[in-house]
Amino acid sequence: MAEAATHRAVEAVWRIEAARVVAGLAGVVRDIGVAEELAQDALVAALEQWPETGVPRNPGAWLMAVGKRRAIDLVRRRQRLERRIEEIGRDLHDQEPAPEFVEDPIEDDLLRLVFTACHPVVPPHGRVALTLRMLGGLTTTEIARAFLVPESTVAQRIVRAKRTLAQARVPFEVPGPGERPERLASVLEVIYLVFNEGYSATQGDDWMRPALCEEALRLGRVLAGLVPDEPEVHGLVALMEIQASRSAARTGPSGEPILLLDQDRSRWDRLLIRRGLAALERAETLGDEPGPYTVQAAIAACHARALRPEDTDWARIAGLYGVLAERSPSPVVELNRAVAVSMAEGPAVGLALVDGLTDEPALREYHLLPSVRGDLLVKLGRREEARAEFERAASLTRNERERTLLMERARAVTES
Amino acid sequence: MRFMLMHKLDESRPELFRPTPEFMAAMGRFMQEATEAGVLLTGEGLRPTSEGAARITVSDGKQTVTDGPFTETKELIAGFALIQAASLEEAVKWGRRFAELFDDVEVDVRRVAEMADVAPPA
Repeated sequence: MAEAATHRAVEAVWRIEAARVVAGLAGVVRDIGVAEELAQDALVAALEQWPETGVPRNPGAWLMAVGKRRAIDLVRRRQRLERRIEEIGRDLHDQEPAPEFVEDPIEDDLLRLVFTACHPVVPPHGRVALTLRMLGGLTTTEIARAFLVPESTVAQRIVRAKRTLAQARVPFEVPGPGERPERLASVLEVIYLVFNEGYSATQGDDWMRPALCEEALRLGRVLAGLVPDEPEVHGLVALMEIQASRSAARTGPSGEPILLLDQDRSRWDRLLIRRGLAALERAETLGDEPGPYTVQAAIAACHARALRPEDTDWARIAGLYGVLAERSPSPVVELNRAVAVSMAEGPAVGLALVDGLTDEPALREYHLLPSVRGDLLVKLGRREEARAEFERAASLTRNERERTLLMERARAVTES
Repeated sequence: MRFMLMHKLDESRPELFRPTPEFMAAMGRFMQEATEAGVLLTGEGLRPTSEGAARITVSDGKQTVTDGPFTETKELIAGFALIQAASLEEAVKWGRRFAELFDDVEVDVRRVAEMADVAPPA
């Protein structure tokens, strides 16, 4: 019993300290894969010793000290090895400087860790697993449960990611200005992937899945503290805070999805909305041209500000989708813009826009296109055509619950 | 999960409500650390009940309003922080760091109710 309690206490410490310990150790060994293993060793030592000695007063410093001791042993072993190689090899590439134990401010190491773990040479799945493990302090088991994949898959992704980083000789550093936009985009992509994985969880899912939203928010807020001058980081944080504010309202009692306009807005989390709007303001003040996350956050903010659905500023939303379409053109964005335009200017204008999209190859199998078209046709009183569209949408969706919903709409539209 | 950390101070000691610059600096460091760790959602400190406080009591459907100070209770809530943490243990870790800022204080750590706690089972 007491051991279980210590175990939980160690886990709690780990969640708070993991990122800093791994980052600090990577600062010593300049290799995040090795740093993570050293940190895990320190964690094992804590699990062995703390039940006897009690949790130390400054547990983070304890873990770091144990990890560093092992790091130094490791570096020494490597130096001995290198010396021997040199003796044998004789072709001298001499003065390879020995790693120095300069105490960088930990924030710098943390930022290096973020950029390295999210390096674009690693495929997104690997980046996500590495980030959750190193920055979130999640175990392989937890990550596997959250992503509904076997534990061995996650373990393999982590091993591969570490190997890829080592083979590509990715340096443990913050990228220079030339590389920075691309590298930052890669970091933001990872955080938003984690968020969406949690956001798409449905009722009855393991609690680890929705917990991913909190983890992504936490990572986003940490990143905003590390690079406070990057507008898109605040934009992403704003987007996630506002989306998360709707968590309690977006599913019904039996887990069925509730559309934005049908949600009970009193269930929206005002604190998260306030935080989201504040982050959006920071993003907008910092950047002259809003990036895609900031624009999406601005759209989400339009809904968040409307106390009732009919208060929604659809003209502004349509304009923002227009901006988004310029920044990152996609037929799905165009479809969303058409919906906003139809709300602002009427179904006929919206339908004309949607009809312009029906030949888009990317939308040919996309169930939301006929579903939106069906909506607009209903509003225009063209019921027979609407029914055909809902039926088509139902045949395209892979979600069982959505299919039922669409079939019901198809039936209802010609009955009434 | 969210937790509310509430700290309680003895209002008979007015010096506790006149924080020193050192205390303010230490508090600032704590707030910054908790913010940068992505943990602190919001927090406020309260003035003592002698400076703008009222208590509304309903008894048998009848309301009474009593103005501060509330002298009958020694330890009164003096502030709160709303944090996001993965477990009670983690919340307690943050609570202890917060409590370290004081010499005499009581900090309650309470889990915030979520929809799932109060909604009737489906």
